[in-house]
Amino acid sequence: MTSLPIYKSFRHGVHPHEHKEATEHLPLQRMPFVERYVLPLGQQLGAPGKAMVRVGQDVTRGQMIAEPGGYVSVALHSPVAGRVVFIGQRRHPNGQLVAAIEIEADPYSSQQFVASPPPPVDAMDVSTFIQHVQRAGMVGLGGAAFPSHVKYKLPEGKRCEKLAINGCECEPYLTCDHRVMVERPAEVIRGVEILAAKLAAGGSWIGVEMNKPDGVESLRAHVRDGSRINVMPLAVKYPQGAEKMLIKAMFGQEVPAGKLPLDIGIVVNNVATMAALADYFDRGQPLIERAVTVAGPGVDRPANLIVPIGTPIREVLRFCGINRDTRQVIMGGPMMGMPLATLDAPVLKGTSGLLAFTEGAVNHPTEYECIRCGQCLEACGNFLNPSRLARLARAGRLDDLEANYVMDCMECGACTYTCPSGVPIVHLIRAGKLAIRHRKATKG
Amino acid sequence: MTTGQGRLLLQAAPFLRRGITTPRLMTEVIIGMGPVMLAAMYFFGLSALLVMLAGVAGAVAAEWAFGKARPRGASLRDGSAILTGLVLALTLPPGIPLWMAFLGGAVGLALGKSAMGGLGQNMFNPALVGRAFIQAAFPSVLTTWSAQGNINSFFTIRASNFALPFMHPAADAVATATPLGLMKFERQSTDLLHLLLGNTAGSLGETCALVILICGVIMAIRRVFDWRIPASILLTVAVVSTIVWLVDSSRYPAPWFMLCSGGLLFGAVYMATDPVTSPITPRGAWIFGAGVGVIVVLIRLWGGLPEGVMYAILLMNAATPLIDRVSQPRPFGRGRVAA
Repeated sequence: MTSLPIYKSFRHGVHPHEHKEATEHLPLQRMPFVERYVLPLGQQLGAPGKAMVRVGQDVTRGQMIAEPGGYVSVALHSPVAGRVVFIGQRRHPNGQLVAAIEIEADPYSSQQFVASPPPPVDAMDVSTFIQHVQRAGMVGLGGAAFPSHVKYKLPEGKRCEKLAINGCECEPYLTCDHRVMVERPAEVIRGVEILAAKLAAGGSWIGVEMNKPDGVESLRAHVRDGSRINVMPLAVKYPQGAEKMLIKAMFGQEVPAGKLPLDIGIVVNNVATMAALADYFDRGQPLIERAVTVAGPGVDRPANLIVPIGTPIREVLRFCGINRDTRQVIMGGPMMGMPLATLDAPVLKGTSGLLAFTEGAVNHPTEYECIRCGQCLEACGNFLNPSRLARLARAGRLDDLEANYVMDCMECGACTYTCPSGVPIVHLIRAGKLAIRHRKATKG
Repeated sequence: MTTGQGRLLLQAAPFLRRGITTPRLMTEVIIGMGPVMLAAMYFFGLSALLVMLAGVAGAVAAEWAFGKARPRGASLRDGSAILTGLVLALTLPPGIPLWMAFLGGAVGLALGKSAMGGLGQNMFNPALVGRAFIQAAFPSVLTTWSAQGNINSFFTIRASNFALPFMHPAADAVATATPLGLMKFERQSTDLLHLLLGNTAGSLGETCALVILICGVIMAIRRVFDWRIPASILLTVAVVSTIVWLVDSSRYPAPWFMLCSGGLLFGAVYMATDPVTSPITPRGAWIFGAGVGVIVVLIRLWGGLPEGVMYAILLMNAATPLIDRVSQPRPFGRGRVAA
């Protein structure tokens, strides 16, 4: 490097080892179809869907099998041509039993997707567009799986001045968004164009961390001249993909605590969600598959896979050669992901990664006394005092927790990552927040 | 595959850790003090080594004895007792009887740390509690500064080191005044070069300004401690003493003399930076350092003692909870809020 350009970022945060080298150069690859698919009705934040099929019914690939169960809810589609074999309780990756539809793939089907695209999106009015987004089962693919149409419905009097597209992928190990930007830039840009037009956005910015220079280049090459889409390189820092940190990094603006980005005229969406939008409006393909990074020392063949939603996690790991002595499997990234109790659970719409760790690679931090070194304060993007919050949470002092803004915590785990004393800070904070919510709920 | 047997390990996120642990931080400080210890041995010979061993032995013995009474048991594993003993020893004169160094280490650890609840709970820097104890109990010892030997006298151990407990130590053969003592009582400055290189009288670890400075910069870069604290102390001392010096340069010492003499650098780098007893907030670190700096200048120029670093740090240790309270960061997305 001849010069060291300074890229934008937010203040505080941490720099974990990226661990992306194993998969960042691996092209997206299709996961072969397997025998059975499990589709929990509640994959998104909000209400679960309502099943529209019955046991024994044949379904086609992309057919709607559950309709939205409310406003903050989306439709669910069959990822394969096959037959509904079971409707009932199945294991969610979080360990709970939830209502799910199980589909057996038709072994004789070619699994060709039969396109039935919606009417031309460019001529569509906004409310029809939003209905279509909901019926296409769109959720944010960054991990939180928030129903997209809810974000797109601007309340009376609110304007979308800036459309911010999140291409940070700041979680270590994960490279699926990276590959989508490198390999599907046309779809990403097309998705941004569609959305920006429907939101009447003042301009669009795609923020990409500079550990993905090929992603920046490939997107830039597909931005048409004169369009108001900007690809903005950002410094590499965790948790830059958290939407409030992203907004601070890109525009220098702070979303007020307890408010939404829309309150300051900004809508944030993930890059992969943009490609999924284009897939639906241009090809008629609802959200039935997604890119997933499979990595970690527990798999022999790390990969970036396009996986049909509902594929059992065991099958995905088997395809990548899971190691016999795998001790821990994480869904999502290693900073905010969820440890799995069972591999029978399926890949969900929000599954960005599956990481397998062998015993030797699992972290068993020893806990020491807090020495008040202050590193957690300098890690916290929200400028909280995590050390104090952990202490208060441990003591069960809920009022003091609230007075110290515990509810502002986005649970990114940067404090715990950096703590030399191995204090499970964010875990204690989560417990404290839960207790506060519980107290509010029971007080009525 | 084991993974099929439902024996997957469940932990709470995050699953990655930075890998820098508290014992490692302690070790880094001890390593970062290595050159200072070597300089002490270079200037004061084997006596320096003996005093350091005695201080560490006292601290470790007390940690072991009192740690057992704590619910989590003795915590020798975090290495903080060794560090306390070393820091204490480096603030003592080379001719101190070894039993006093041992007792200082033990009292510092027992009163300064164990009695407060152990690592992380103590309000005052345990090494300074030990030193304050020695100063209160045996004041004459901390005002008797033996002159430096040279490399040829490395193995000449000061006789006073072996004084028996509670007996009068034999008077040191060559007692001299420290640069600060010379300044205070005789208005006599010491050459800056001597201060930088360390060939003056003083405590074991405080004489060689250059070594401490270099070690401090390296440790700050490695984020072993909060760089704001020493930066703020030195900046404050520099600014305040420059103003005073400009007012009357015939009565008051020059700022470079203030910065390089006595225990200021050693205290700023190795004692004020103790995370447990200094503010946790970044803004608090600046306030803390400024307080230490002002008190050091006040004591040195207008107090009864030639040196004030120890009391300055101890006083600001006491103010730390208050500083933390008024220096909480402004949370993201919130306007200025009352503390």
